[in-house]
Amino acid sequence: MAKQVTIDAKGVHYTPLNQQIRKAIEDGADEIVVNNVLGQRFIGDGLRGNATIRVNGVAGGDLAMFMSGPTVIVNGNAEHAPGNTMDSGKVVIHGSAGDAVAHSMRGGKVFVHGDIGYRGGIHMKQYETQRPILVIGGSAQMFLGEYMAGGLLIVLGLNGAMKAREIGSGIHGGEIVIRGDVDDACLAAGAKKVPLTDEDRARIAPVIREFAGDFGLDPEPLINADYTRIVPASARPFAGKYTWE
Amino acid sequence: MCGIFGVMDKRRQMMDGSGIRQALSMMNERGSGEGAGYVAYGIYPDYRDCYALHVFFDNTCESKKVVDATLEQWGTIEHDEAIPTYDQPNLRVNCTPWRYFFKPDASLAPGSASAEKDIVTNLVMQINAASNGAQVVSSGKNVGAFKANGWPEDVADYFRIEDYEGYIWLAHNRYATSNPEKWERPDPFNLHDWSVVENGKITTYGTNRRYVESFGYTCSMSTDSEVITYLIDLLTRKHGLGIDLAIQAFAPPYWEEIDRMPEAEQKLNRALRFAYGSATMNGPFTVVAANPDMMVGFTDRGKLRPMVVGECGNRLYIASEETAIRAMEPGIESITRPAAGEPVIGRVAP
Amino acid sequence: MSSNFGSMPLRYRITIDREQCMECGRCIENCSYGVFRRDGDRILINSRNCTACHRCIAYCPRDAIMLEEQPCDYRSHPVWTRTVRESIYNQARTGKIILAGMGSVANLPIIFDHLMLDACQVTTPPTDPLREPVEIRTYLGKKPSKLDLRQKPNGDVELATELAPNLMIETPILLGHMSFGAISLNAHLSMARAAQEVGTFMGTGEGGLHPALYPYQDRMIVQVASGRFGVNIDYLERGAAIELKLGQGAKPGIGGHLPGEKVSKDVSRTRMIPEGSDAISPAPHHDIYGIEDLPQLVRSVREATGWKKPIFAKIAAVNNNAENVAAVARSGVDAIAIDGFRGGTGAAPRVFRDHVGIPIEVAIATADRELRRQGLRNEVSLIACGSIRESADVMKSIALGADAVYIATAALAAMGCRVCGNCYQGLCPWGIATQRPDLVARLDPDVASKQVANLIHAWTLEITELMGAAGINSIESLRGNRDRLRGYMLDEGLLEILDVKSVGA
Repeated sequence: MAKQVTIDAKGVHYTPLNQQIRKAIEDGADEIVVNNVLGQRFIGDGLRGNATIRVNGVAGGDLAMFMSGPTVIVNGNAEHAPGNTMDSGKVVIHGSAGDAVAHSMRGGKVFVHGDIGYRGGIHMKQYETQRPILVIGGSAQMFLGEYMAGGLLIVLGLNGAMKAREIGSGIHGGEIVIRGDVDDACLAAGAKKVPLTDEDRARIAPVIREFAGDFGLDPEPLINADYTRIVPASARPFAGKYTWE
Repeated sequence: MCGIFGVMDKRRQMMDGSGIRQALSMMNERGSGEGAGYVAYGIYPDYRDCYALHVFFDNTCESKKVVDATLEQWGTIEHDEAIPTYDQPNLRVNCTPWRYFFKPDASLAPGSASAEKDIVTNLVMQINAASNGAQVVSSGKNVGAFKANGWPEDVADYFRIEDYEGYIWLAHNRYATSNPEKWERPDPFNLHDWSVVENGKITTYGTNRRYVESFGYTCSMSTDSEVITYLIDLLTRKHGLGIDLAIQAFAPPYWEEIDRMPEAEQKLNRALRFAYGSATMNGPFTVVAANPDMMVGFTDRGKLRPMVVGECGNRLYIASEETAIRAMEPGIESITRPAAGEPVIGRVAP
Repeated sequence: MSSNFGSMPLRYRITIDREQCMECGRCIENCSYGVFRRDGDRILINSRNCTACHRCIAYCPRDAIMLEEQPCDYRSHPVWTRTVRESIYNQARTGKIILAGMGSVANLPIIFDHLMLDACQVTTPPTDPLREPVEIRTYLGKKPSKLDLRQKPNGDVELATELAPNLMIETPILLGHMSFGAISLNAHLSMARAAQEVGTFMGTGEGGLHPALYPYQDRMIVQVASGRFGVNIDYLERGAAIELKLGQGAKPGIGGHLPGEKVSKDVSRTRMIPEGSDAISPAPHHDIYGIEDLPQLVRSVREATGWKKPIFAKIAAVNNNAENVAAVARSGVDAIAIDGFRGGTGAAPRVFRDHVGIPIEVAIATADRELRRQGLRNEVSLIACGSIRESADVMKSIALGADAVYIATAALAAMGCRVCGNCYQGLCPWGIATQRPDLVARLDPDVASKQVANLIHAWTLEITELMGAAGINSIESLRGNRDRLRGYMLDEGLLEILDVKSVGA
């Protein structure tokens, strides 16, 4: 039987709050419900295991940073950088999130139902079986996938096509998949558009299906929609900049 | 190479300065005739509630106006007068010693736990740091410092210290490393409650000075005793340490000794070194310090300078040499030579 | 790319004394740059490939090899120096930014060499460290500014202040951050063993922690840099302390690139990136765009590791150094490493390396003074780095206000490095700045670790002697004790900045 623990975060500083969460996991809780969250930072920071943490309220910055395993579900918005340097596990945000979502994330999934701010997916990277996935239901602001070195980034544009510029600035690994067409002028240096092949579609379909499942959406229209795939023009975008002494 | 001497009567029985003069003279071999000084507690019973400011004026008619005006901004001058002096053939007088009996206006330092002392501290820093031809050489209640550039006997006779009666006396016989010398420089150094005489020379002046100055003190004298006085005031009055812990911070046990202590003691000693590493004093020194309630003596942790402690009845003596103690108290009952890190702390009976 | 420059004059010329040479071929085996090759019974030389790494000279059994630097003169000119002209030829040919290896080569005065240390004569006695203790044990981390004490019922005083975690080092010398990737695993292993032997710590650099170093993890300061390479919760938990790298003296204001050629299988594993891919560290941390983000990063690693480990930050020394240091001190870190403009690097744009930043001597002095002025000095320890070359530099750094120093190039030299500055080629014949297995194997950690430990040990002895001569028996009494320094031929403005008097004063 799943063991559930409920924590009231009202007026609690993040350090004791995170200690309570950590303690609950150590004591074998499978599900931790944290109510009245209002900006407490670092929820799930460095946590291991496979518990589920339900955050009711607005999650503060660096949600699930360095996290390795658990699932964090936010019923509300998240401030900047959820999924920062996250290793594995899953973050589901039933709202929107701030800047630098999934910064340097190297594994696991971050699903945001609404919009995200600037520099989403910045410097995401992958290694062998670890491949981070960031899916945005709404839209993203500028510098999406900046410095991206690996992983998969999907923007579904549920509330209209994404218009932000400087997509994939300095991208040298991984892929950005955006529903609809993306104007060439929106692409940054080092990024290039390629058609989404059937193989690509087959690859992203399970991710979209999972995302739709989490947010109660109909997956089929999303899976069958038109997408633009953006990949690095070169694996070494800066190699041509330098000469040796 | 200086000679220092301190005596305290635990029952506040008064001693006039003649015995102290004699004791200090016994250590003339340790001096060079270019500086001596005395400080005594209990000498101004008629003005016991006033801060007695001993001030050396280069030029009375110019400097006094400035000091008067400064003091009047911060409180009331109850009385002031020239300190009586008697010319000595071997003393070249280069200043005019003056004394003020001053009551600071505590309402001008609201929120301070020791408002009067804060005001006096700031006044001393302000007057001494400015080039106004005035130096405050002592500033405590019922206490006064007498010093000049000469042999102990000449300095004592110049101020006629036998005319003063105190229950604690500190004295210093100076071996000069620079000359000509201003009269305010030789020990003792005083800041309100605390007076300090030192034998030796710390090698950590730069670190200690920068540390104490970051708390608002201004070192204008470039002497060890000045920085030591401020450190004692900071640690005891501002940081609330007992004098024993303050001395432990100045001359702490070695890390290897700390490593071997029981846990609670280890923790306290480590914390003291962590917090007060910049207040640690190195180099050869013996310090004798006093405030109205106590007299303490301590040495550097390598015990590079001598310290002899004598006891006789209610009297506690601390000196560089046993002979100085015996000169004042031929019937001395006990003589000990404490180890480094074993501070001598004598308190006046309440 | 074609150009009309023809070939540039040789940088080095190698000659072989044919009388001495016995054609054993050790030079051919040892040179990884391809200077030597055999043609029948004769060894031929291609001086153009030479980097002056001295490997051939060191391993020639007959001392038959000689190296000459700049054998071909340009017309001498004080303004249009050789370096300036060659840079122009290079950039005219390529149109690119020039990268160079190791620290600044700008021929500027070294302040350390113009600071003289004090010694006791007659007014105070020197301490003889052979007979009397001279304490150099150092604790790095936050110190309380004052203590809360409790009186127990029996009258004893008890400490109520909780002490923050500190790193205890037996000597004020730490091994600075150089990543696995920039240098070899054997170089890392050698330094880790040396750190353990002498009771100090070693920085991992931004390259993760190879499993071979796990046995030494209690002696490692794990670095979190902007690329977050190799950073996960496991890595953070292994380190004795965590350093947030915010800047580097050799290239302030820009990030770093480890070229794909150096990302071997092992390097890819510890950095957690695909083999052969460029490891690009951005200029800023992307979760620090404003100073208020720094305490957030500091607290994020604290939260992740249960507030048990000291957190360091490293910054490059630039104009507003004092302001930067005070800002970082407020972020809650336990120690700040300041990297001067002569700091080393595997590769940096020449224009940054030689032209951006300020000297470490000035940076430490201004940092110490500003922290004291703001009452923050006990909040952080200060670590000086960037061209600490000898024990006297350590002494002078501490007297100017540092708690300890990082050494890096000096540690490489202790392992055999000849400071040839070709780290970026990845062909280091000494097995240090390379990932080529045959070259790495040349560096025996049993031997090299001893050499690094010897160096630190020797410096430590010299430091205790110098302190003893100055009559100082604990290192905290040297810290910020600028009265024990004198400036020789330094201008008045600089003396004032350093808060040091002139010689004779």
